[in-house]
Amino acid sequence: MNYLYYPGCSLKGTGRAYDESLKAVCRALGITLSEVPDWNCCGATAYMSVEETRAHALAARNLSLADAAAADKGLKRDIIAPCSACYLVLAKTLHALDEQIETRVLVERALKAGGLDMPKAGLQVRHPLDVLVNDVGLAAISAKVKSPLKGLKLAPYYGCQLVRPYAAFDDQAHPVTMDRLMAASGAECVDFPLKTRCCGGSLTGTVPDAGLRLAYIILKEAKKRGAHAVVTVCPLCQFNLDGYQDKIAAEFEEVAMPVLYFTQVLGLALGLSERELGIQRGIVPAEPALAGRR
Amino acid sequence: MPLQQTMRYESERDRAFADWVESITGGENVKGCIQCGLCSATCPLSIYMDYTPRRLVNLARAGFKDEVLSSFTIWLCASCYACRAECPKQIKVTDIMYALKRRAIREGSYPRRFPIPILAKEFSRMIRGFGRTPETFLVADLFLRTNWLRFLDMIGLGLNLLRTGRMSFVPESIQGRDQLRRILDSVDGESAKEERAVKEAA
Ligand code: SF4
Ligand code: SF4
Repeated sequence: MNYLYYPGCSLKGTGRAYDESLKAVCRALGITLSEVPDWNCCGATAYMSVEETRAHALAARNLSLADAAAADKGLKRDIIAPCSACYLVLAKTLHALDEQIETRVLVERALKAGGLDMPKAGLQVRHPLDVLVNDVGLAAISAKVKSPLKGLKLAPYYGCQLVRPYAAFDDQAHPVTMDRLMAASGAECVDFPLKTRCCGGSLTGTVPDAGLRLAYIILKEAKKRGAHAVVTVCPLCQFNLDGYQDKIAAEFEEVAMPVLYFTQVLGLALGLSERELGIQRGIVPAEPALAGRR
Repeated sequence: MPLQQTMRYESERDRAFADWVESITGGENVKGCIQCGLCSATCPLSIYMDYTPRRLVNLARAGFKDEVLSSFTIWLCASCYACRAECPKQIKVTDIMYALKRRAIREGSYPRRFPIPILAKEFSRMIRGFGRTPETFLVADLFLRTNWLRFLDMIGLGLNLLRTGRMSFVPESIQGRDQLRRILDSVDGESAKEERAVKEAA
């Protein structure tokens, strides 16, 4: 299986462990990822707050480069975008190009100024969770699980921008895809009603009085429900929940809750090493929670 | 204590602003809002907002421009789309919040205590320069520009990122920087043209 891969800025920086673990899992499952050549930042939530059409043009450059690469190498026209913000922005621009005539005209002109073509219909933005569960399939994954994570209890946290408003592969308020994937890895998911509640996004840094509390609420609930770790699908959620626990301890209470990527848990179950999966990159160490589980 | 007007007369509305709200992406069916308050109930930031999302939608569509553009609400919105998913009238509240942020930046009418507009501008400057935005740079740069004390406060986090190999030292940069600038400039040229046309028409 061949896919286009749009890592996004976070996966090259603070979310490095997500990039490492996703690639390792794909290798183990026979999925080839071709990075979109010379991709640029998607613009995240910040760019949309400055200028709308420019935000779409910025995202459209990536879509155009991806489409050209797919045609060039004869790849499937599906772009895997692991970061929820990138996933949302790229999907939003695809929708806007389809539905807003004025945007389409302006973006087409802008791409032309850069010597690029409009992405053609049929190009899709996909999340790795969707690809793993719906393209590869749980049965095929279960068959490759070598060391199930016995007794590991996880709080499945999806965050907001993956499931809302575009993803059609799961429910917007009560998604289950990751729960099923974690079950296939031998881990147990606790009942977690805050699955899609906002982690605070960039507010954790910009308006900490409000942002920190949002992150704390999620961690506290995970602890209350008996989880050994939170498992996420997004580098921004991981950063918020993992990186600010010192500050949360100072302001509220110590939670000491490791925050893993779903690809790290799956990778462990597939028999990959902790190092390969970037487990050591957690600011709150996950090793104690994982010890002796496989 | 001097008396303060706590309610508004209809004559204080800005009708042009109300028309604009209806014309933005996401504002198409704003008149259909039934003021049910589901957006406010589901919004995780409501408790910090000066106007809840329901009230903000109502003020915006009625044309109370100053209240809306200088509100904390639009800067507290984390774009989590929970309101949009819950709204029984499919109103795109998040997109309305985005449009109001853009307008507030353009008119310079945002409350100064929020660094978000500065972050947003810094972000676009980085993209223009490099094509990519290493978050660690962005955050450090922001705090240096806005608040030294906050920067010192972030050092602990910086050390943790360093220890776990998650810090970037050189901003990544794309090959097609000129191409990207041509693309962005083309959009800017078009919107400048449009703004002139609007002004001339008025
Ligand atoms: S949920 Fe929708 S209809 Fe209800 S108050 Fe909010 S915007 Fe209006
Ligand atoms: S998108 Fe903004 S207004 Fe809507 S629920 Fe989320 S934070 Fe609140």
